[in-house]
Amino acid sequence: MNIQGKLGPQFSAVQQIDVHTDTRDILAHARRNAIRRGLQDWFVCDIDAHHVETVSWKEVVTYIEDPVVRDNAMRFQAERIGAPPYGLNGDLGLRYQSVGGRIPHQDGQREIVEETDVHRDVTLTRRAMDSLGIDNMVVFPTPMLFLGMHPQPEMEVWLGGAYNRWLIDRILSGDDRIKSLIYLPFNTPVEAERTVEQLGDKKGVIGFCVTSTRYKPVHHNDYMRLYSMIEERGKPLAFHAGYHWQDPSLATVNRFLGMHALGFVWSNMIHMTNWILNGIPERFPKLKTLWVESGLAWVPFLMQRLDDQYLMRPSEAPQLKLMPSEYMNHNCFYTTQPMETTHPKALENTFEMIKAETQLMFSSDWPHFDFDLPQEICDLPFLNEQAKRNILGLNAARIFNLDPTPVKKLVAL
Amino acid sequence: MPEYSAGKVTDYADGDRKVIDCAELEVGVFKIDGEFFAWHNRCAHRAGPVCQGRIMKRVIEPVADDRTTRSQQYDPSETNIICPWHGYEYNIKTGCHQGNSRIRLRKAEMTIRDGEIYVRI
Repeated sequence: MNIQGKLGPQFSAVQQIDVHTDTRDILAHARRNAIRRGLQDWFVCDIDAHHVETVSWKEVVTYIEDPVVRDNAMRFQAERIGAPPYGLNGDLGLRYQSVGGRIPHQDGQREIVEETDVHRDVTLTRRAMDSLGIDNMVVFPTPMLFLGMHPQPEMEVWLGGAYNRWLIDRILSGDDRIKSLIYLPFNTPVEAERTVEQLGDKKGVIGFCVTSTRYKPVHHNDYMRLYSMIEERGKPLAFHAGYHWQDPSLATVNRFLGMHALGFVWSNMIHMTNWILNGIPERFPKLKTLWVESGLAWVPFLMQRLDDQYLMRPSEAPQLKLMPSEYMNHNCFYTTQPMETTHPKALENTFEMIKAETQLMFSSDWPHFDFDLPQEICDLPFLNEQAKRNILGLNAARIFNLDPTPVKKLVAL
Repeated sequence: MPEYSAGKVTDYADGDRKVIDCAELEVGVFKIDGEFFAWHNRCAHRAGPVCQGRIMKRVIEPVADDRTTRSQQYDPSETNIICPWHGYEYNIKTGCHQGNSRIRLRKAEMTIRDGEIYVRI
């Protein structure tokens, strides 16, 4: 019987998703699939999501510590028309992320927000969490991921610090479910130490972040005091990857696709290589590092390369007592996104090599163009339920000392 | 199998798309070059709302006789629907992904009776 047909056509309320579409409508299928998989009763922690801090840059600059830079920034934001955010560098590639508007949520979230009791970003983050099926979401900035390449190291200090204080004041205070790995101005070690001291114990700060796009050797002696301080606090240190299209080798790649695929891995491969071969895990055995947004396929590749070379040249890495790969799957932790899923056997092998059951944590990278969903972990055929629960939330609860009680509101709308 | 109205044939101009709620699921109905096509609103990648994405012509890069290239172009003969979640692009007529024809949209049954379009899922 054509019962439904007699009712006339029921056209969907959203015919085309664009930058004005509500997050809950964009992610309606994600919510439906999370409910089907029973994620309401699972603790799910998203270690890497983003907001666009430059939308709030007028607010952020009011938190700049240096009074002269702050005044200059506030005047610029108030008076200059059509200008980029004061003081902030960036990368050309940011303009291409949405594939010419084909992936609108990457370009903008201009949806209506009527709530006025919290910052707009809090509302957007809540909408994402309750659509994806997430209990705790760690938010990172977006254009600031390139701040490590700023020609003025002091500007990294001022803007990084301003962002941190704004985030704590306006975003983290708005919802206990939102967490941060606070930005470290890594190009100025003494200021990074000051950040750890002053902000490391603030509400919602569960660890520290170095944006990986920078030309600083992570093994330099200048950083040993910083690592000691972080190790002492028991909170992880994350290396959040990014690209740098001006890097001489990446500058030969003319397609964003290729530059992005390589760039987001390259920075962390360099830092991991230096981290391991200089024996940092031996010097700081309790320091947990987290390698964020490089996907996973690079890890077994680097494990094999370093292990083979190390056995031939152990005198060049005399601090090591284990194989490089053993540090990489014991002292190091990884986030899932963007998880490479097109070669399932390779993915299964990757999970085995990195000891995913204890070392891997889910991340979505929402709202970026290559975001992942919790359902992808649920649907992996080679994982048992405990491993899925660990990766989706329990590993994060253990590493970051979070309460693993599900609190999300995962209900059909 | 329940049947759902997708509106009148005359509701659709060429190039139009309408997404129809079918209980808990949705179907996208498209009119391309005078023909109608119906696909489940479920991307083969991550089950995203593919039929609610942008409709664009396929991008091509012509190669000259001397094997050089100069510009990209749109192929006027091929219309794609692009999943707004991650950018997977499918030919609306075939349902095949532009870069890998083994990745396909799921077809929805469609009939036209008395000037009205119906889909079944």
